[in-house]
Parts: sequence; structure tokens; C-alpha cells
Amino acid sequence: MTEYFWLIPFIPGASTLVLAVFGKWLPKKYVSYQACLSVLASFVISVVSFLGLLKVSPENLPLVKTLFGWIISGVFSANLSFQLDPLSTIMALVVTGVGFLIHVYSVGYMAHDKGYTRYFTYLNLFTFAMLILVMASNIVLMFVGWEGVGLCSYLLIGFWFEKDSAASAGKKAFIVNRIGDAAFILGIFFILINLGSGEFRAINEAIGGGLVSQGLATLIALLLFVGATGKSAQIPLYVWLPDAMEGPTPVSALIHAATMVTAGVYMVSRMNLLFTLSGVAAQVVALVGALTAIYAATMALTQNDIKRVLAYSTISQIGYMFIGCGVGAYAAGMFHLYTHAFFKSLLFLAAGSVMHALSGELDMRKMGGLRKYLPLTYPTFLIGAIAIAGVPFLSGFFSKDAILTQAFAQRQYFIWALGIMGAVLTAFYMFRLIFLTFFGQERLDAQARAHLHESPRVMTLPLVILAFFSVLAGYVGLPVVLGEKANLFTRFLEPVFQPGHEAGLTMSMEWLLILISVAVALCGIYIAYLFYLKSPHSPHRLVSRFPRVYKLLYNKYYVDEIYNAVFVNPTVKGSEAVYDNFDLKVIDGTINGTAAATGFTGKALSLFQSGLVKDYALALLLGVILFLGYLLL
Amino acid sequence: MIPISYFFVLSIVLFALGILAFFIKRDLITMFMAVEIMLNAANLAFIALAKAAGSLHGQVIVFFIITVAAAEAAVGLAIILLVFRQKKSIKTEDMRLMKG
Amino acid sequence: MAAFLFFLLAVTCVGSVLAMIISRNQAHNALFLVLAFTCLGGLFGLLDAPFIAAVQIIIYAGAIMVLFIFVVMMVNLRQGITREKKKWTLFFSGGLAIVLLVELILAIRGTFFALGRTGGEKTGTPTELGRLLFTDYLYPFEITSVLIIAALVGAIVLVKKGAKE
Repeated sequence: MTEYFWLIPFIPGASTLVLAVFGKWLPKKYVSYQACLSVLASFVISVVSFLGLLKVSPENLPLVKTLFGWIISGVFSANLSFQLDPLSTIMALVVTGVGFLIHVYSVGYMAHDKGYTRYFTYLNLFTFAMLILVMASNIVLMFVGWEGVGLCSYLLIGFWFEKDSAASAGKKAFIVNRIGDAAFILGIFFILINLGSGEFRAINEAIGGGLVSQGLATLIALLLFVGATGKSAQIPLYVWLPDAMEGPTPVSALIHAATMVTAGVYMVSRMNLLFTLSGVAAQVVALVGALTAIYAATMALTQNDIKRVLAYSTISQIGYMFIGCGVGAYAAGMFHLYTHAFFKSLLFLAAGSVMHALSGELDMRKMGGLRKYLPLTYPTFLIGAIAIAGVPFLSGFFSKDAILTQAFAQRQYFIWALGIMGAVLTAFYMFRLIFLTFFGQERLDAQARAHLHESPRVMTLPLVILAFFSVLAGYVGLPVVLGEKANLFTRFLEPVFQPGHEAGLTMSMEWLLILISVAVALCGIYIAYLFYLKSPHSPHRLVSRFPRVYKLLYNKYYVDEIYNAVFVNPTVKGSEAVYDNFDLKVIDGTINGTAAATGFTGKALSLFQSGLVKDYALALLLGVILFLGYLLL
Repeated sequence: MIPISYFFVLSIVLFALGILAFFIKRDLITMFMAVEIMLNAANLAFIALAKAAGSLHGQVIVFFIITVAAAEAAVGLAIILLVFRQKKSIKTEDMRLMKG
Repeated sequence: MAAFLFFLLAVTCVGSVLAMIISRNQAHNALFLVLAFTCLGGLFGLLDAPFIAAVQIIIYAGAIMVLFIFVVMMVNLRQGITREKKKWTLFFSGGLAIVLLVELILAIRGTFFALGRTGGEKTGTPTELGRLLFTDYLYPFEITSVLIIAALVGAIVLVKKGAKE
């Protein structure tokens, strides 16, 4: 059953090729079917491989299929080989499953766009690259996928490239990612030089065999983590994600919520032995995750653009995933990744549905009272919001709770506290969004009001399916309080993550922590209710009491401006200076100079062409004499 | 009998004289004649070598050289005639079309 | 006897070439050249190449120089052409010619007395030459005949005056 797992990336890859070459001549309907069905096919194979994997005993994992030797150059060698183990399977299922739903949604959302075929080409290409990333068996191939998704991110963010803001946002995403990638590449080099191979099995064996010193592990882990902060939008390289909302909403759902931004988490989980060996790196990961979680949540409080709120929410939630990884609860981090994929993509797609209903409006100040008009979008959106807030019995509760409990158990009390505060803010800003959008007074534009309509079924059906999963997906990872063996998810991932890393707490402590999480979530919801439903003037009063705080949050702590001043402008000015002084003067000067010299030499030599036969004969004679002279001597 | 190298020296002298003639003269016809002298000097060298090597191949080559020189002289003189018709002169300074 | 003949022919040859160089009249130049070619023919004979000697005199001294004289006639210059005005070109070319001469003589210096003498066995009779021509050199022989035809046609076409309008 598991023999065909290596096909998973290639089916969307083949689809991309067909669309790229022949797309211009293919009818729209065919494009939709091919693009969606290719991802569905990958999903089916993923499911089959998953079922087959359950029967494989842990010693035989991971299953590796090597297609051919790609780079064979001494130490720097990499094969085109894929591996199937619980971690890659979960990622593949998420990517193809959620990806398929988003492809279907896009058929409706992008129906009137003139770049329809181009969109699906890029979307398939992204799926291909992402699957390479998660199924690669060595770090070099993973990096290929890493770069590939970065490229697709650029292409899709700047999809409507005629808009200046979209084109700039695409550039920003790619460049910021690149900075992270530079560190990532350094990490890869250190791995290759010191461990001799980039294969994950080989790396794990080297670490297990004690061949890696703690210092080396720390260095490599930190470098790789910088790459992860770029890809997964953590401090300090998160600035591209809010701007990335310029892209079409399904893109935001797929790439910037469910899959690409979680690549960093996957990578850290894949290299978990390295991070565990280096205690420092793991601590850094947890700390950065926690700080980002709360930092982004504060910024989400003040945003008026519905997609921006969700973007900051994504940054914050990924911070939680890194908390999980950092404290050693890798399974919990992956669990949150898995549930987050469902409810975050649901939230984005539902937001897209709202925008579609309102003919493109995304400012929440111009919404309100929409729940009467959007009978499918509203409930699904609500389910997503409840899930992310951490209300019990939905998936978000189980995953977030798992992380925070483990953080507490590992005595990372500071991180736990930050996580709890973040949970309050999460609940608050999500329900702020809900209340502003669906409840209260209608503040719509007349135009939007006239065209208000629920989205077509091709868009609402994925919403329903995702909502379904947002509720139920968490039940595979029940907390330990309900029984030692209850957490199927963690047990499934045991071959990848060393078991016994999850420290134990007393039962009562666990229940207490659960209660605190629940209380905190409900608190946040209640405060949002107070602020936005009961007494709608409260926000204004709070703002007028603390105007500078509000301004700071609203302007995203001025980080973009700081980066501009410190990094971007000097680079631009420096480049211009180099251009003027070196490029124009030296390089162009050399080329033009060479041309001028050639012309000059030609003119000078042409003086020899007198037109007289005798002069030519003279030259001949001289040549003969010289040549004879040379032969004689 | 005569050492064959004398013939070589004679051939060389004739060749040098041909070159001298070519550079001294200013009219086309005489310059062409100088070329013929050079050809003949070469012929002499060939025949001398044929004698020295004891084979007749050198003579056969001279046979061909003479033939080809005849053809070349015919065509060359035809061209000189044409040029003269155009320019009404056979002085080489007047033939400067390829200047520059 | 052979030595005397050689020196006579050689001196005559070189002398007439020199005279050709000095003289300014084209007709005189041509006639001196005829003399030079005839002497060369004699020298060929001395070198055991009777057939080539005959060919030289018939074709070179006979046909080619006649062509030259015809052209000189048609060009029909009243006065001779003065020599090169600039003297330095004379000396320069003379110098170069001497340099070449010296170089070539140096080139053959090893052979001065090693090559043997005239009066050996093989003479270039037509039979022998014919045998070589029609076996080893058949291909060039045939090509040369084509060449001659081409030259013939070419010369005629070139000089024919254009068709009357």
C-alpha cells in the first residue's frame, strides 16, 4: 500500500507542466478539473499511504524511495529521494486535503478573473513544491521545496501585478524570505561538512551516536531556525505576512495559513533531535515563539482590515506551534499545526466569502449585521472563530491546551504565562471580528448592499467541510487526563519524536491548567461582547484614554518603518551609489573603452590599406623574409 | 660537370632580381613581367632538384607550372587591357580604388 | 664544355633581366625577357630536361611573350614611363631583395657541394615524362586542361567589347 507514496508530489507537478505549456489553449472548465483532480489524486494516495503506514512497524521507518542521484559531488551530495514516515504523512495529508478544498473554492472565487489559468498553474506549482518539501528525505531536497514555495508565494501574492501594492508585497515577501534562507543555507552547509550527509536518517544517527557536539548543534539549529522565522513569519522576519494579504484570499488561506508558513514548524520538528541536543536553541525557539504569539496578537487588536486580523492571528498561532516545539513537545506543536490548518483556512475562506458577498469590501468598519444575509458563511465563520479561541470540544482547544500544558510541565512558566495572555487576546480579537462583521448595525456601502448575496455552492461547500473538521479534528489528540493512551496523535508520531519527552504532571494540575485555558478563552469572548455588542462606545473611550498605546499598536509598532530606515533605505542608496560609480563608470567604461579602442585600432590599421598593389606586395615580402629568418635561426 | 647548387644560386639571384623589378617598376605590364621572372626562377629550382634527387617528378611539376602560368598570363593581360580601357593609363598609382 | 655553356647562359640570363629592369621602354623590356627565357631553356637542357627545355622555349619565350608584346602594342604608349620618383623606395626594395637573397642562400648553404653534378643517368625524355603524367599525375593533367579552357574562355569574355545597343 505504501509503494506509491513517492508519486504524491509528482501528480500536481505534472499538472503544473501541462498547464504551464498548454494553458493558453485549454478551456477554463478543463483547467479547473485538472488542477483540482490532480490534488485530489495526491490526497487519495496520501490516504492510502497513511493506511499502509499504520501496518509498518516502527523499526522499519522511515520508508525511503530514492529516485536517482541528483547531486554527486563529494560531501555535497543529495539524492532525489522521498521518505514516508508519520511526520511526512501528516503533512502530506494536510497539504493535499486542505489544498484540494482550496482549489475547489478557488474555482468559484476566481471565476471572473482573467488570469484564471495562470492562477491554477501557480497553485499547482505550489502544491508540488510544498509536497517536495514535506516528503524530502534529505535537507537539500527539502530546501529545493522550501525555495519553490517561496517562489510561488511571490508569484501568487503579486498575482494582480498591475497593482503596485501587490507587486511590492510580492517582492517584500521574497526578499525577507531570502534573508532567512541565507541562514538556512549556512545551516545546511554546516550539516554537510560536519555530518557528511544531508539525509535525515543519517543526521539522526549521527546525533544519536554522539558525533555532534552541543556547540555545533546549537549553531546549526539556530541557523536553521532563522530560516524558519523567515518562512514562518516569526520575529524578526514576519513583516511580509500582513502585506501578503494583497494576494487572492484562497492564496492567503492555503499558503499563508495552512501550509507554507507551517514549513518552518515542520522543519524544526524534522530536526527535533538536533534541537533537543542543543538546549539553547530549543529555548530560543520557545521564547521567540511565545514573544511572537503575544506580539502579533496585540497588533491584531487594532486592525480594521478583516484579512489583516487573520494574518496577525496566523503569526501568533504559529508562535504557539514553536512554543510546542521549543519546550520539547513536538507532537503538540504538530498537533496545533494540523488543527490550525483546518480552522485558519476556514477563517480565510469564509472571509473571502464575505468579501465576495460584499463585492470586495474588506474594511470591517463598513460591515455589520451580515448574519442574516449569509446563512452558510456566518455559521462556518463562527465555528472557525470558536475553534481558534480555544473553546472546549472544538479542535483548537485540544491542541492549544496540549502545548500550554507541556510548557507548564517543563517549568517554562514565563512562556506559559505569555501563552495564556495570548489566548485571551486571541479570543478577544477573533470575536471582535465576528461581532463587527456579523452583528450590530449595518454600516455597508449602498453599492455593496445592493449586490449582497451568499456565495455559490462551490465556495460554501469547502467551508462546510472545513468547519466539520475544525470541530472534529481535535479528537485524535485527547489530553492525557482522559487516559494515558488517549492521545492517538502523539502515539502515531512516536517513531519520529523520542517518547518520554513529555513530562508528567499530577492529574489535578492538568485539570487546573485546562480550566484556566477555558476560563481565559471565555473571558476574552465576554470582553469582546462587552466592547462591541453591549456598549459599542467602549472601544472609543479606551482609545481616548490611551491614545499613544493605540497609535503604537495600530501602526504595528512602527516596525516596517524601522526596517525601512535601517535596512532598506541604506541598501537602496548604497546600490545607487555603486551603480553610479562602479557600474556606469567602471564596467560600462571598460566595455565602451574596449569598443572605442577597437575602432581606433581599426582606423589606424586602415592607414595601411593604401590601395596600391605594391604596398601589399611589400608587406608580403616582409612577411616572407621574417618567416624565413625565423626558420633559419 | 657543374655542381647543381650553382643552379640553385642562379635561381635565387633571378628571384631576387624579379622582386627588385616588381618594386621598382611603375607600370602594370612590366610588373607582370617581373612576376613571370619569379615563376621561372622557381622552375629552375625545381628542375635542379629533380636532377639532384634523380627523379622526374620535379620536371612534371614544372610542366604544370608552365601551363598554369600561361593561362594566368592570358587572363592577367586581359584584365590589364580592361583596366587600361577604363583608366586610360597603366600606371599603378592610378589604381587606388581599394584605399582605406 | 658544359661549364662554359652554363656560365654563358647564366650571365646572359642575368644580364638581360638587369637590362629589363633598367630599360624604360616596354617593348624593349619584353624583348629582353624573351632572351632571358631562351637562356633558361638552355639551362634546362643542361639539367637533363630536354622536353621541358623545348616546352619552355615554345610556350614561355614563344607564346607568353608574344602575348605580352601584343598587349604592349595595344596599350600603345607614346613615351616611356619614368621610374619611381622617390629614390628611397628604390633602395628599400633593393635592400629587401638583397636580404631575401642572402637568406635564401643561407638556407641552402648545407648543400653547396653535396648535390652531385650534372650529366647523370635519368634524362627527361618525353616517354618518361609521359609515363609519369598519365599515371601518377593523371588527375592534375586533366584538371589542367579544364583550367586552360576556363582561362581561354575567360580571357575572351573579359576583353570582348559589350554588345552594341
